[in-house]
Amino acid sequence: MLRYLLNKIALLIPTLVGITICAFAFVRLLPGDPILAMAGEHGVAPARYEELKQQFGYNLPIWEQYARYVGEVATGDFGVSISSKRPVLEEFKTLFPATLELSFFAMIFAMVIGIPAGIFAAVKRGSWFDQSLMGTALVGYSMPIFWWGLLLIIFFSGYLGWTPVSGRIGLQFFFKPITGFMTIDSLLHGKWDAFRSALSHLVLPAIVLGTIPLAVIARQTRSAMLEVLGEDYVRTARAKGLSGARVIGVHALRNALIPVVTTIGLQVGTLLAGAILTETIFAWPGIGKWMVDSIFKRDYVVVQSGLLLIALIVMAVNLIVDVLYAVINPRIRAA
Amino acid sequence: MTQTEIAPMAAGSPDRLTGLKTFWHYFSVNRGAVIGLFVFILLVLAALFAPLLAPYAPDIQDKTAFLRPPAWQEGGSTQYLLGTDPVGRDILSRLLYGARFSLLIGAVVVTLALTGGITLGLLAGYFRGWVDVAIMRVMDLILAFPSLLLALVLVTILGPGLFNAMLAIALVLQPHFARLVRAAVMAEKSREYVVAAKVAGAGHLRLMLATILPNCLAPLIVQGTLSFSNAILEAAALGFLGLGAQPPTPEWGTMLASAREFILRAWWVVTFPGLAILITVLAINLIGDGLRDALDPKLRRS
Repeated sequence: MLRYLLNKIALLIPTLVGITICAFAFVRLLPGDPILAMAGEHGVAPARYEELKQQFGYNLPIWEQYARYVGEVATGDFGVSISSKRPVLEEFKTLFPATLELSFFAMIFAMVIGIPAGIFAAVKRGSWFDQSLMGTALVGYSMPIFWWGLLLIIFFSGYLGWTPVSGRIGLQFFFKPITGFMTIDSLLHGKWDAFRSALSHLVLPAIVLGTIPLAVIARQTRSAMLEVLGEDYVRTARAKGLSGARVIGVHALRNALIPVVTTIGLQVGTLLAGAILTETIFAWPGIGKWMVDSIFKRDYVVVQSGLLLIALIVMAVNLIVDVLYAVINPRIRAA
Repeated sequence: MTQTEIAPMAAGSPDRLTGLKTFWHYFSVNRGAVIGLFVFILLVLAALFAPLLAPYAPDIQDKTAFLRPPAWQEGGSTQYLLGTDPVGRDILSRLLYGARFSLLIGAVVVTLALTGGITLGLLAGYFRGWVDVAIMRVMDLILAFPSLLLALVLVTILGPGLFNAMLAIALVLQPHFARLVRAAVMAEKSREYVVAAKVAGAGHLRLMLATILPNCLAPLIVQGTLSFSNAILEAAALGFLGLGAQPPTPEWGTMLASAREFILRAWWVVTFPGLAILITVLAINLIGDGLRDALDPKLRRS
């Protein structure tokens, strides 16, 4: 197992180097002078320009600049945001929990509906339920989620007036963050109305972000389940006289969930891409909106480091999924 | 149905017509796929004949009719069937012209991604060794970023606009093709027919393009279809974020972006462009499912 893990990590090294090269190259590929680009539309005085050139090391040869950049990143120095003047890493730390909370609830939504629906569709293959579920899943999979979010706002916020249009929690609530999850923190502080406010802000964005993963998970669960239900051991279990529920719930489900776990892990990239759109629509203060805002503010230090940090997260999650997969499926380890 | 059509052996037969017939036989079993194809053909016709079908030019503004609701709603008229947008342009006309952009985006992106992916995948799978390692590491790297984020950053470098958005999306989708071609080439390379061609004196280029490639086409066609719909979605998302096609282009995502502030006042300016995106993407995905059933013998229902 350890060998498997080390092997996986070794394979990631080229990607890791590549990611830093991409982030490094980003600022240098921007049209025009990198310092002027970083200074944004305010411009920069000639004396300050020289000073910055020294400070960022643009007078050095390119490979030395890269080595310097890697050194900075490795020691946790991700630069300072041009627009807010705060360290990028600090901003990231305050915003990331919002994205994490949103993605977490989106995934819960997708799994709680997607897995049972997929199982049921497989068991009742060809039924009315199966056909309409697969039809709905294809619609969900084809959904432009930015439009879906706007539709939900029109209906639930505009027409019914049930949920707020944007933000994370009502402005009247304030408490010290503990976990960074508004829903959990409000409960930890024992503020019920704050919890209700946080939840009502969370529902629509979580549904929007969870829609595509829901469709993917439902389809994947169904096909994995169908495959397993045709296996010999399932037939054996049935022949032994075990109840239908036990055969499906224990013998089939356990094996069917293996590919589903992988699918769920692979949705992380999709979730982060979806978070860019979802957070923009609902003015959710997470890293997706942060990246889009920074692009428009021409805060390229944030874009550069955000790109790097997000890629690192996706990579780490993929590694965890690989390892989990090897834990639940020993056959993989041998390979 | 005649006897010859039923024979599944026809799938591998060199007779082209029978091959097509078998293909259509399997494709048409999937009712969804046929509906998807029908809708897609309608979309192509709408795009081609937009100037004839659209009641107005897409950028003509009627200063007396801002935010006019659709015909069936109170205050609407048959003059503007799907209503007008905040500056008095006919939504139906803009949607019809918008079909041109979406189909163009899909076609251009898939062509670019396919060309790049086939070239790189062929090189990697055929030559193996360091060529393979170098190419596939770069593909892994592209896949390490969430696709929309990478497209956003590329557009930031290239500058906003429809063409740059298409380039960015093509680059992001391209690794899927490269991986597919590489895997297929590696599987085919040691087959007897390839060895035979080699012995007969075929050069590298001929082996790659004329001998091996035609036998890797089925998964490529399916992936191409899925990428077509993906490209439309991502381009619309970029347009929606303000980094794709720029107003007043009647691109559907861009239309949504400029309608955003009116969502609580005028539902139609938001609903119709999004519906157009959904229907197009859904139709193409339905076709993709049908193609997979028809082209992939492993998944073919017996």
